[in-house]
Amino acid sequence: MSKVWAWGALIFGVVYFMLPLIGMTEFSLSMRRGVYSFDAYAAVLADPQFQATFAYSVVMALATIIFGILLVVPTAYWVRLKMPEARPYVEFITLLPLVIPAIVVVFGYIRLYNTSSWLPLTGSVMGTNILLMFGYAMLSLPYMYRSIDTGLRTIDIATLTEAAMSLGAGWVTILARVILPNVLASVLSGAFLTFAIVIGEFTIAALLDRPAFGPYMQILGANRAYEPAALAVIAFGITWACMGLIGLVSRFSRYTQVKR
Amino acid sequence: MPGQTEAARRLELRWLGLLPFAVFSVLFLILPTLYIVIGAFQTPQGGFTFQNILDLNTPSIRSAYWVSIKVSFASALLGCLIGFAMAAAITIGGLPKRIREPLLTFSGVASNFAGVPLAFAFIATIGPAGLITLQLKSELGINLRAMGWNLLSTPGLVITYLFFQIPLMILIITPALDGLKKEWREAAAILGASGRQYWIMVGLPILFPSLLGTLALLFANAFGAVATAIALTGPSLNIAPILLYAQIRGDVLGNPHLGYALAFGMIVITGIANAIYIRLRARSERWLK
Repeated sequence: MSKVWAWGALIFGVVYFMLPLIGMTEFSLSMRRGVYSFDAYAAVLADPQFQATFAYSVVMALATIIFGILLVVPTAYWVRLKMPEARPYVEFITLLPLVIPAIVVVFGYIRLYNTSSWLPLTGSVMGTNILLMFGYAMLSLPYMYRSIDTGLRTIDIATLTEAAMSLGAGWVTILARVILPNVLASVLSGAFLTFAIVIGEFTIAALLDRPAFGPYMQILGANRAYEPAALAVIAFGITWACMGLIGLVSRFSRYTQVKR
Repeated sequence: MPGQTEAARRLELRWLGLLPFAVFSVLFLILPTLYIVIGAFQTPQGGFTFQNILDLNTPSIRSAYWVSIKVSFASALLGCLIGFAMAAAITIGGLPKRIREPLLTFSGVASNFAGVPLAFAFIATIGPAGLITLQLKSELGINLRAMGWNLLSTPGLVITYLFFQIPLMILIITPALDGLKKEWREAAAILGASGRQYWIMVGLPILFPSLLGTLALLFANAFGAVATAIALTGPSLNIAPILLYAQIRGDVLGNPHLGYALAFGMIVITGIANAIYIRLRARSERWLK
């Protein structure tokens, strides 16, 4: 009896999740009348706008990841090693982006960093790009911090630091050549998740008026029929790949980690 | 005395390690938010006022908040119920073990598949020319449109949001269900409890804080969602995030400080929902460790 409802719940869920995926795939293949074809994909991939915005978002995602690693790894390391009393405050701040809607924060950016302010980031293209990257870093902060902090918990950073120091290493060497390689799996998990978030992000990029992939998809969706479905399939594939890579990395790290 | 100054200097140096993080979070998270919050309580001349908050009480803004709250609550509640049923099916439902990992992996993917592409997927499926819409019409003669179905509406929004709400629920509640100890069930059975009694008097009370907390989290999750709603309905649907989006782009309310108040209202609502979540999560950890 109990198995009946369990199967029922599962099948209901699977049907609900499969239908939109089948729907978008079917739709993306039916640009040519009567037969399945990859015309919609060809049209999307050949669109110079697609290439430009996708490349832009990939570069932004990579910049965000590098900035995020440079910001979060030293901070999480320092909090664990020297300032455990600051931990609750730092953790609280890293969770704030989940509480404050992104649209509110970017509203603040636009007013605070406009051309007539003390830090006129939105006054130039490069400045706006940097502001967008900071916005993305803010958006991914909860995931990046939690991932790296969990990684640091599994290694003995105090001993590693002392050992490195007694061999004459400075802070930069310790972080780059001792700590970072030891938490690489967690760093990569955070990085892939950041990539998945940034690549299709819409709100911040649209409000800062940058030619990113998210706003491009939205504009295409308002004007075309079949291409958006092809984009949805591509975006789903990217998300899937990022999550798959996270799974792969964490499985891999399970074997390299010393059991304690 | 020299030792003390030495210690003080050390303390300062310790704080220095947090400086980059502090500067970043103040400049790009806290100050922008404070700017909006303070702006919500200011007159255009810079004086203090509650007028902006009171001005939110117009039919159009009130309905935007109300529709947002309804959509978020409905999608959170349904997401909780369906997600709980699915999580229960793979943990205590006695289904084959190999279903569990694929479902959790898929949940990780689906909970991150939000925004513009998610809207496209649903338009291609149950939109006016979507797969199911057309199939039902040609195969079964059911005309969804004539029956009043419209994806670009609040029920359509709820159904679309469920695609990331259900997986999030599964991811959060599965560990809690794993935490239900077999011994509790056996103890209840020895004392003569039926399966139903066990659930009503032991299982659900233990899970209750987790369930309610996740409901609050899902609510906040849906309330802040902008991209899915805009890609699905364009600017036509009057919900709080879309109204704020239009306000930022072009001051549709005709008063910048009213825009700040609108944004402040959103922070208050998601803030309350998250506070409930954090509070209840702490309580649920008492039993489920």
